[in-house]
Amino acid sequence: MLKRIRTLLAILTFSLITLLLLDFTGTLHTWLGWMAKIQLLPAVLALNAVTILLLAALTLVFGRIYCSVICPLGIMQDVVAHLHSRVKKNRYTYSPEKRILRLSVLALLVIAIAAGIGSLVALLDPYGAYGRIVQNLLQPVYLLLNNLLAKVAERAGSYAFYEKEVWLRSLPTFIVAAVTLAVVAVLAWRGGRTYCNTICPVGTLLGYLSRFSWFKIHFDEEKCVGCSLCTKNCKASCIDYKSHHVDYSRCVACGDCISKCKKNALSYGHPRKAAPSPSAAPSQPQTDTAKRAFLVGSALMATRAAMAQVEEKTVDGGLATIIDKKQPKRATRITPPGSQSLRNMQKHCTACQLCVAQCPNDVLRPSESLLTLMQPEMSYERGFCRPECTTCSEICPAGAILPISKEDKSSTQIGHAVWRKETCIPVADGMMCGNCARHCPTGAIQMVRLQENKEKPYLMTPTVNEEKCIGCGACEYVCPSRPLSAIYVEGHEVHKTV
Amino acid sequence: MEDKNTPKLNRRSFLRVMAGSAATATAGLTLAGCGNKAETQASTQEPPLDQMTYRTNPNTGDRVSILGYGMMRLPLEGGKGSARESDAPIDQEMVNRLVDYAIDHGVNYFDTSPAYCRGLSEHSTGIALSRHPRDKYFIATKFSNFSPQTWSREESIKMYENSFKELQVDYIDYYLLHGIGMGEDGMEAYKGRYEKNGLLSFLKEEKKKGKIRNLGFSYHGDIAVYDLLLAMHDQEPIWDFVQIELNYLDWQHASEINPRNTDAEYLYNELVRRGIPAVIMEPLLGGRLSNMPDGIVKRLKERAPEKSVASWAFRYAATPPGVLTLLSGMTFMEHLKDNLLNLAPLVPLKEEEQQFLENIATEMVRLKTIPCNDCKYCRPCPYGIDIPGVFLHYNKCLSEGNVPLAPSASDYQKARRAFLVGYDRSVPKLRQANHCTGCGQCNPHCPQRILIPAEIQRIDRYVEELKQQKKHED
Repeated sequence: MLKRIRTLLAILTFSLITLLLLDFTGTLHTWLGWMAKIQLLPAVLALNAVTILLLAALTLVFGRIYCSVICPLGIMQDVVAHLHSRVKKNRYTYSPEKRILRLSVLALLVIAIAAGIGSLVALLDPYGAYGRIVQNLLQPVYLLLNNLLAKVAERAGSYAFYEKEVWLRSLPTFIVAAVTLAVVAVLAWRGGRTYCNTICPVGTLLGYLSRFSWFKIHFDEEKCVGCSLCTKNCKASCIDYKSHHVDYSRCVACGDCISKCKKNALSYGHPRKAAPSPSAAPSQPQTDTAKRAFLVGSALMATRAAMAQVEEKTVDGGLATIIDKKQPKRATRITPPGSQSLRNMQKHCTACQLCVAQCPNDVLRPSESLLTLMQPEMSYERGFCRPECTTCSEICPAGAILPISKEDKSSTQIGHAVWRKETCIPVADGMMCGNCARHCPTGAIQMVRLQENKEKPYLMTPTVNEEKCIGCGACEYVCPSRPLSAIYVEGHEVHKTV
Repeated sequence: MEDKNTPKLNRRSFLRVMAGSAATATAGLTLAGCGNKAETQASTQEPPLDQMTYRTNPNTGDRVSILGYGMMRLPLEGGKGSARESDAPIDQEMVNRLVDYAIDHGVNYFDTSPAYCRGLSEHSTGIALSRHPRDKYFIATKFSNFSPQTWSREESIKMYENSFKELQVDYIDYYLLHGIGMGEDGMEAYKGRYEKNGLLSFLKEEKKKGKIRNLGFSYHGDIAVYDLLLAMHDQEPIWDFVQIELNYLDWQHASEINPRNTDAEYLYNELVRRGIPAVIMEPLLGGRLSNMPDGIVKRLKERAPEKSVASWAFRYAATPPGVLTLLSGMTFMEHLKDNLLNLAPLVPLKEEEQQFLENIATEMVRLKTIPCNDCKYCRPCPYGIDIPGVFLHYNKCLSEGNVPLAPSASDYQKARRAFLVGYDRSVPKLRQANHCTGCGQCNPHCPQRILIPAEIQRIDRYVEELKQQKKHED
């Protein structure tokens, strides 16, 4: 029963969170955004006290069910392990805890957070890892399917689906995602929850709490016949049937052992007595597992509900070829409005790619510099940070991009435009333009007379009022100069209000 | 206005009698009987082989089919139509089929230009027509020396001589000065293209030699140039025909839609006054008179449920007896068949039907669509904007009621989505209005004299409003 509820909840969370990470329409996060916000490490980085306390309480009552039903990477391991179990049954053995390894990875995470090595934090966060896998490997497939539907819809004259370009945002991040998937999947195939119980720092952390959890898996030694089925089916390798020992720091309360045990020797509940002792074993009243399981389920549901609140031309025709724009070299990278500063972004982001996957304007993409690897930054080759959009600030679970209103966004300076005279159309081609000024949402660009061209006194070139510019990139995006825009945005280390 | 109308009616009714007798003479006794049959013909029917209406050119006695084939919208390979693809080659096999079918059904006037279809039209036309006996068809082509670099005598003559080569002919039946009145300064452009380089005298010589059988011009734009050329004719007859834009929208509303343009009624009457036959272009306004808003379609269909919407426009443009032929750029076989059904034979519009179309025209004007006929003269835009693509999408949304003006409007979200999603479908993002630099290089090329950058930027502002869900201000 415990297993059934766990599986059901896990499938539900897993599919919904995957859907959230796949979505590109900017609609799902209104309903599902909270699922990202209850992930532990992002919540810790966001200093989201409510989530942290609730998760801690959850673990202290029920054990590490977080890893079983909330963490998508954990569930993914279960899925892989389950596939292998269908081929090969009873394949696990008990192994002692690799405590030193677990503690060192946890220490590494703490150091990385303290030192602000964002890329390392990102690498270690299980939810971030899963987000990267989905955004890099699964979303392209999802988009292609969507585009197929869009084609069908177009034929049918329907506007239900629209096409979305599929493009690789960053090769290093793609590789990291692919390698993560390979490593986690291989480990899960071979040993179940190996990654979860030896590497994942979130698992280690919760393991410390779950040792003291109120509900636990425990043996009824009188009933146990030592058949070893529990050990052989424990994907956490944490049950030693010989000594009737369960390593609660690794048990994720999945309930597989209970359902496998033919003698009903295992149960999930509060042990009546302290650690199992070979002496005095009065027959315990049969625990009402169904009732307990129902309690677990409803407790989980309640937690979820609570979380939800938290959140030159000679012929006619033809078209000129348009060459792709190149990303300019920016001295300072640009982070989205709401991220407050580069430091804030670097300290909080676990690179789950949720913002990257959802950015409707194709502005966000993972950084490629070492310290901030995989964390989002902005560039304007495919669009600009549109004034009416605050999607990324609404969905960020880690406090890296804090909620910001449209009004505040339009007065938040994330960078400023810089004019590159030599490539500007009026200077280079002697043609009128002014497209940047026409599209500047804050009126920061004014056109002034180009003094030097005496033959064409009407030519005007743009000037930037740095006080009014907010760095949205509209000018950079619509600039006709290619491959490098003649006006581009330099980021600011700290955002300020103009 | 009053005194302008009365003589027109007189002239028209007079001419109708003339044409009526001419048509009877050409189509023979079957015409009256066929007329009734044509009225009830369903558009799915096969067009008849021998029912084409012909008009006689008074100068040469040419019997010209009332339906002329415009070679400006030839089909492209891959079945994408002629609409917006850039690099696809012309589907020559299909062109051959279309031309064969047209000739079999009595079409004998083919109109091309060195500029059409990215400069490929003449060559393709030449291939298709050269498979038929030379006396089976009349060829019209043009002096398309729009670009100032082709204004020199040498360059222009090179273009002229190349037409013979591409078309594989040693004489041209109808030769036109292309797009008189177009350009930043229509008069300046005319003088630069044909007078200062002595080209007009050259053409007169060529005509004497028999290389050109009929000399004419096509007109768009500055009315002063039109008047000048006709005044020249009054001095010493020179034009054997003139090509103008005529349809039920332009007849009395061209100047209302765009004050820089002139009503077709004036253009046509000036020709009739001088006995110059008129060749009609844009009878369908590049499809704007066939792809119409539902309400208008309903009104037209109520009167003739089995006739296509386009049939009205064709019959309208073919009815004035001073019309020699009307050109239709037929991309697909369906276009050709439908046109044949409507014009072989032509059943002239009655007075009352013309009034009906005038009412339709008034309704169309109210829509305030952009008068773009998708001729693509403006393309290629040096910055890659798909100008006609943007205009067509906007027009489509206007006629489908998907141009909401305020978020408070009912159905705002639905219309907004249709506009924006449809926009990305019709025009790739980098070719949309927001990339227009306003350089204005397109402006002199537009035969409809649309102020392109101004209109493009107006649409761009509208799109921004839609995206931000702001109320429309203009």
